[in-house]
Amino acid sequence: MNKNSGSLVKRLVGHQLFIPILAIILLAVVNLINDPGFFRITVGTNNAGNTVLSGYLITILDFGSELAILALGMTLVTAAAGGQDISVGATIAITGSAMLRILCGGVARPEKIAAPIIVAFLFGCVVGMLCGAFNGALVAIFKIQPMIATLILFTAGRSIAAWINNNELPIVPDPRFAYFGGFIPGIPIPTTVFIAAACIVIMLLVLKFTNLGLYTQAVGINENSARLNGINPTKIKFLAFVILGLCVAVAALIKVSRLSTINYSVIAKDIEMDAILAVALGGNALSGGRFNIMASILGAYVIQFLTTTLYKFNVSSDALAAYKAVVVILLVVFSAPIVREKIGKFGRRRASAREARG
Amino acid sequence: MKKRTFAFFLTAAMVLGIGAASVSADSDELISVGIINNDPNESGYRTANDADLKKMFTKENGYDAQFAYSLKNAEQIDYAQKFIQDEVDYLLLSAADTAGWDSVLQDAQAAGIDVILFDRTIDADESLYAASIVSDMAKEGQTAVDWLAGQGLDEYNVIHIQGVMGSAAQQGRSGALDAQVEANDNWNIVVQQTAEWNAEKAQQIVQSVIDAKTPFNVIYAENDDMAKGAVAALDAAGISHGVGKDVIVMGFDCNKWALEELLAQNWNYDGQCNPFQASYIDEIIKKLEAGEELEEKVIIMDEKGFDAETITQEDVDNYGI
Repeated sequence: MNKNSGSLVKRLVGHQLFIPILAIILLAVVNLINDPGFFRITVGTNNAGNTVLSGYLITILDFGSELAILALGMTLVTAAAGGQDISVGATIAITGSAMLRILCGGVARPEKIAAPIIVAFLFGCVVGMLCGAFNGALVAIFKIQPMIATLILFTAGRSIAAWINNNELPIVPDPRFAYFGGFIPGIPIPTTVFIAAACIVIMLLVLKFTNLGLYTQAVGINENSARLNGINPTKIKFLAFVILGLCVAVAALIKVSRLSTINYSVIAKDIEMDAILAVALGGNALSGGRFNIMASILGAYVIQFLTTTLYKFNVSSDALAAYKAVVVILLVVFSAPIVREKIGKFGRRRASAREARG
Repeated sequence: MKKRTFAFFLTAAMVLGIGAASVSADSDELISVGIINNDPNESGYRTANDADLKKMFTKENGYDAQFAYSLKNAEQIDYAQKFIQDEVDYLLLSAADTAGWDSVLQDAQAAGIDVILFDRTIDADESLYAASIVSDMAKEGQTAVDWLAGQGLDEYNVIHIQGVMGSAAQQGRSGALDAQVEANDNWNIVVQQTAEWNAEKAQQIVQSVIDAKTPFNVIYAENDDMAKGAVAALDAAGISHGVGKDVIVMGFDCNKWALEELLAQNWNYDGQCNPFQASYIDEIIKKLEAGEELEEKVIIMDEKGFDAETITQEDVDNYGI
């Protein structure tokens, strides 16, 4: 029994979900000590007259949605290509702008929407996947470092987004468009939660019922042996970027829906760093290979939890990045094999000490 | 080499549709200006400002203009150095940050280039620039705070959403409110946070205050975008806002859509920040070219503050940007 508990500690520490769950527990404890009512959820009415739930927990789930969706695609890209896409914030601006262009028909202040929302969204998906395909082609076919390849859209993306709408900032007049980033009448939970859940379920199903996950890992671990085993690494990497493009389109829908408008230079600003951090926080190797998508999703919500907590403690929002940097440092230290080894040893030693006593 | 660089920039300008430059032969008669501005996508204010400048500084009006954009001070300084090397006649500057401009402006002076500041002032000696056309941000803030004080609330619990820290707009608009809160016991700051002109951040900041159940009755956002984000959070939480409602909403910049919110009485106040400096600059350059002395170095533009109770459709059309 005691011997088992030693290896249990080791297994726990070694488990990929250990760090994100530990982080959630830590954040929860800190918040509960500060404010025992932290997890209280209250029922209220919003200004549209709908019954809605509110509270910190709802806020975290709501604002963490985009990040969770992006983390799905980012994990695949990281695993397959062994690098990260730093253009997701800029491509959110592009796809969001494309959606608004279709919805508003190129007019800044339309009386009513020019096309059904679904058409705009599908168009946005196509644009998002094209951006992904562009990045994917550079990485998979031209063998450019992912971070360098995606630097192109990172730099140019927001200008392209502004160009799509002739530098206008269109405002969507249809209140139904705001449902995606807000509430659907009659449903008290933010729509974003459902959208994120749907994306997660679809991704998990795809990974369960197709070879995508296995092939991605194979390519990430060793491209050459994957090729020798009949997997086409170029295709897999390209596909990973296209899937991320689709995730970007969904995240963009939520982002532009929140305010029914867009601001090209600040929409989804720095979100790429959060998305990459989510993947890292999930314990996935940033150099590619083995991955755990659930861990990345948890990582995404941990980051939003942290952000919400920092806002609650009134930390200046331009200092948020510094706090996230601290997390990154802790993370890197924690996930270093030597530290994990030490923790594992400590657990074993304690177990054997107890055994000696008993 | 220099000529080739120049030709390159002209080509670049043509490709970007910035200037209808044809050949570099006639550039001698044109007044060359290097314009350093903030990213036109930053806000509606900047878009209007940039469009106004582009309309004024054309070949037809006798200018050969090069534009450079950045929200980062260091990059702007790099652009300034490039323009000085290109030997432009005038350097027009809207600085991202007030500090750090001394040495580059000294270089400009040494090269005989007149510097004209527009929209934003900087912390540098007055001798380093020819003129400065600015909004008086402190006055904008004071006008807004005076208006708020005139509402006669028993207690002011203010959510203060600031712009990018250190920008002139932030300093001026924050200063007036800070002074008022300092001087009056019934004025309290519930939260003072920078949302960096970003609506999403403003939404999260206000959401956080709502989740904490801290009471408040005023939102003082230093631009319209942030006020919009704040209002989105209020709407989601079912908190009423606008004329005669629970929360007073204040914004700045007078975007057209924001003034329409005022007209609909969803917001209470919007302070103008005049983006149309091009005609002032043109006038100054004409004077300097003619060898005239400028009467005043610092020119402060007229600016208004709009109250939701008195605003008219005409105001929206005339002052909306």
